[in-house]
Amino acid sequence: MNYRMISYILGFVLKIEAGLMGLSLMVALIYGEQSALAIGITMAITFVVGLALGWKKPHTKSIRVREGLITVALSWLVMSLLGTLPFFISGAIPSYLDGFFEVVSGFTTTGASILTDIESLPKGILFWRSFTHWLGGMGILVFVLALLPMSTGHFLHIMRAESPGPETSKLVPNMAKTAKILYAIYIGMTVAEIVALMIAGMSLYDASVHAFGTAGTGGFSVRNASIGAYDSVAVDVIITMFMIMFGVNFSLYYLLLAKKFREIYKSEELRIYMAVIFACIVIVTINILPLFGSFGESLRYSSFQVSSIITTTGYATTDTNIWPQLSKTILILLMFFGASAGSTGGGLKAVRVLLLFKTAQRALARLVNPNTVKIVRLDGRRVSEDTISGVKTFFLIYLIITAVSVLLVSIDGYDLETSSTAVFACINNIGPGFGMVGATGNYAHFSAFSKIILSFDMLVGRLEIYPMLILFVPSLWKKAA
Amino acid sequence: MKIVIVGSGNVGYHLAALLVEEGHDIVVIDNHNETLEKLVEVLDIKGVHGNGSYLDVQMEADVPHADLVIAVAQRDEINMLCCLLAKKLGAKHTIARVRNLEYSRQLHLLSDELGLSMAINPELAAASEIARILKFPSALKIDTLAKGLVELVHFKLAKDNPLVENSLQEISGKFSHKILISAVERNGEVDMPTGSYVLQAGDKVHIVGKLEDITKFFKSLGLFIPKSKYVMIVGGGQIAFYLAQQILTMGMKVKIIENDRKRCMELCEFLPTATIINSDGTDQDVLMEEKLEGADSFIALTESDEANLIISMFAKSKGVAKVITKINRSKYMNVMQQMEIDSFISQQLITSNTIARYVRAMQNTEGSSVETLYKFVDDKAEAIEFIATGNTRHIYEHLKDLKLKKNLLIAALVRKNNVIIPDGNDKIIPGDNVIVVTTNKKLNDLDDIFAVRANKAAAKTKD
Repeated sequence: MNYRMISYILGFVLKIEAGLMGLSLMVALIYGEQSALAIGITMAITFVVGLALGWKKPHTKSIRVREGLITVALSWLVMSLLGTLPFFISGAIPSYLDGFFEVVSGFTTTGASILTDIESLPKGILFWRSFTHWLGGMGILVFVLALLPMSTGHFLHIMRAESPGPETSKLVPNMAKTAKILYAIYIGMTVAEIVALMIAGMSLYDASVHAFGTAGTGGFSVRNASIGAYDSVAVDVIITMFMIMFGVNFSLYYLLLAKKFREIYKSEELRIYMAVIFACIVIVTINILPLFGSFGESLRYSSFQVSSIITTTGYATTDTNIWPQLSKTILILLMFFGASAGSTGGGLKAVRVLLLFKTAQRALARLVNPNTVKIVRLDGRRVSEDTISGVKTFFLIYLIITAVSVLLVSIDGYDLETSSTAVFACINNIGPGFGMVGATGNYAHFSAFSKIILSFDMLVGRLEIYPMLILFVPSLWKKAA
Repeated sequence: MKIVIVGSGNVGYHLAALLVEEGHDIVVIDNHNETLEKLVEVLDIKGVHGNGSYLDVQMEADVPHADLVIAVAQRDEINMLCCLLAKKLGAKHTIARVRNLEYSRQLHLLSDELGLSMAINPELAAASEIARILKFPSALKIDTLAKGLVELVHFKLAKDNPLVENSLQEISGKFSHKILISAVERNGEVDMPTGSYVLQAGDKVHIVGKLEDITKFFKSLGLFIPKSKYVMIVGGGQIAFYLAQQILTMGMKVKIIENDRKRCMELCEFLPTATIINSDGTDQDVLMEEKLEGADSFIALTESDEANLIISMFAKSKGVAKVITKINRSKYMNVMQQMEIDSFISQQLITSNTIARYVRAMQNTEGSSVETLYKFVDDKAEAIEFIATGNTRHIYEHLKDLKLKKNLLIAALVRKNNVIIPDGNDKIIPGDNVIVVTTNKKLNDLDDIFAVRANKAAAKTKD
């Protein structure tokens, strides 16, 4: 195992993290807050640790699959451990574990919070809290790949380990260029949303923070009542649109820029993603009509909630706990469905669900006619059997981890709705669930053990299982393995 | 540049590695998904799965916007079709590997229609390289620069070599020949030696000079091996055929041992003056029977790397002065070079280096461009030939006053067919062919050799 290279990249990641904290420091200084000191100290610590880890240049750049997975897992862990410090040092969140839960929730773009009164926190700290969404959305290692002064194909393993979806490929032959294009699209769309929200009447600070939350499909707000606090149709519509847009595979935007419209049209994942959103909005709108009275209001709230859950953002404009059971069940199912592969969203991803259905369809066809030869196609192309079995395994492990987590969290003794949707909302990177962790609740009441389990689930969901699980394979750490 | 490579075999792999290193955007097309996957995992390139001669596959690889399409797939027909299609789609340049002799002969008729910028025949290229070595067997490898006026000769220092334990200053005192020791390879690393550098046994030394000066130098060292007279070749493939053709006209005697009777008949038909033996050349008894000990040179060209290595070692043990071995798996080149065999030939490496050279030359249409380029020591060092123009910086200045980049040496100047091994008092004048040896890659222009960059220097003069 190439420990040197892993440590070198880790060091680079931390140096970048320290640099990016500078934005929060600026915000804290502009508002003249004490929290600037806490952020400054964290930046210094993070930078020194980064410097130490990246001190020795690696002999070889070779990174194989396992090194790629470990690099990603360790980067996210270390990044979160250090990213907790601003909360801890400033005293905004007195318990380190609570702070860690909050930061993991930020980086993994979950948006599950342990804070009971968000508005009382300093603005610099809240800016950092939301900025972690933005960084975690596209992935910090992708950011590093755009900047790291060396390039080999080996880094593909890192990108694959961090980017969501069953198959990750480069947009253009060059890795650094691919990473730059992805970030350019990401930054462009984020800025567009900030401008739109400002036009709708938000301040620059509020607009930026909520744009970060949307872009990363995270869901941290600076208001206790989330987006509902603004009670503005314009804000709701803008955020709904952008949530849906950030849940689309980013390579489609590249195709859009390259004017390859035919290939966008061919994308089955985009079609199924849009179709599901549309269908669910229609059903929920009708279902919640009695609650809101007018069709317009009903549509406004249903479209916002459906988009918020399917893209795994987790913003709320209303308390969904009081919605009819049908709507709540739809939202729970959408949690697992998730956004598209290659987007910033979490969940299983539309393309995996699609492939599972197609495989099931094939299995049925084989039952009826055992000699049928059938291949699974996606976008008109054959999907390899390796990919299909990969998707099946993924689904299976995903369910096992979910089940075990529900079991462990239920030790706390809360009702089934609370403990199960808490796990669903964390592993799928959504944030709010139902019951006590619903839109108006939070995760503060869980025990330390449950918070660790839920943090782990969030990382499992964001990094798509394997990077986190590989850390627990004993033979990995033995020399002669 | 955007370059599309069709075929991810040995040549495709090495070529992609070389070109990525030089900063190009590479897309590789291959029919075989597994080899392609492996390639994509180790190199920063994009892979496209499919037949390179299909329209939709080429469209997916974005051939219409490619600067260069290189077709090195298994079959000649596919390669030519690839290039034809690519050209029609708007690719600027195309290079095809064409192995079949008949095809390569008729290529000059077709190359306009095919739009080929270059066709390369790996076997022919390998044969030419072997022939060059046979002309000057004292070298491990010999490269020609400045249209044959300057040679770059690589050789290995044995323990009893008089140069061992001498510094370069002492050497130039003892042997006042007009040659230059330009690079030394030690333990897999390349050093650009200075006057105080002491040579050791086992070093691989690269010298630059005129062939007759190098010959004199070798004679005074007592290491000169005269031009081969009797060459024994094992394996009668295409390389053997081209090689025999070339060296027979140079007046050497050739004996080819080939196992396949049909192939022997063919060789016999096209090479009337060569001796063809139908027997198993990997059998020691056969080799002894065919008077291996009497051969000046022994060349192992069978299909199997292992067989080539073993019979080469056997030939060396029987005292053959010059042994050349063909290997296919160039990745093991490092290990093999520690063996007692004189020279290794890899047609894949030759092919990819030739194409890489062409790409480098393509890049600069203006300024003092690259004329020829050789890579050696696992591509760690390069010898590059530039032509100086009136616009080159620092012309008419004494070389000792110039600040050159680190690890870079001006090895020779060729002025009106005269070879100058320069010292500090020489100057570069327009029209010179300047030969530079360096471990500093990515030199595209003669101006790149100077330590201060052109625009910075220009900015300074403005102040």
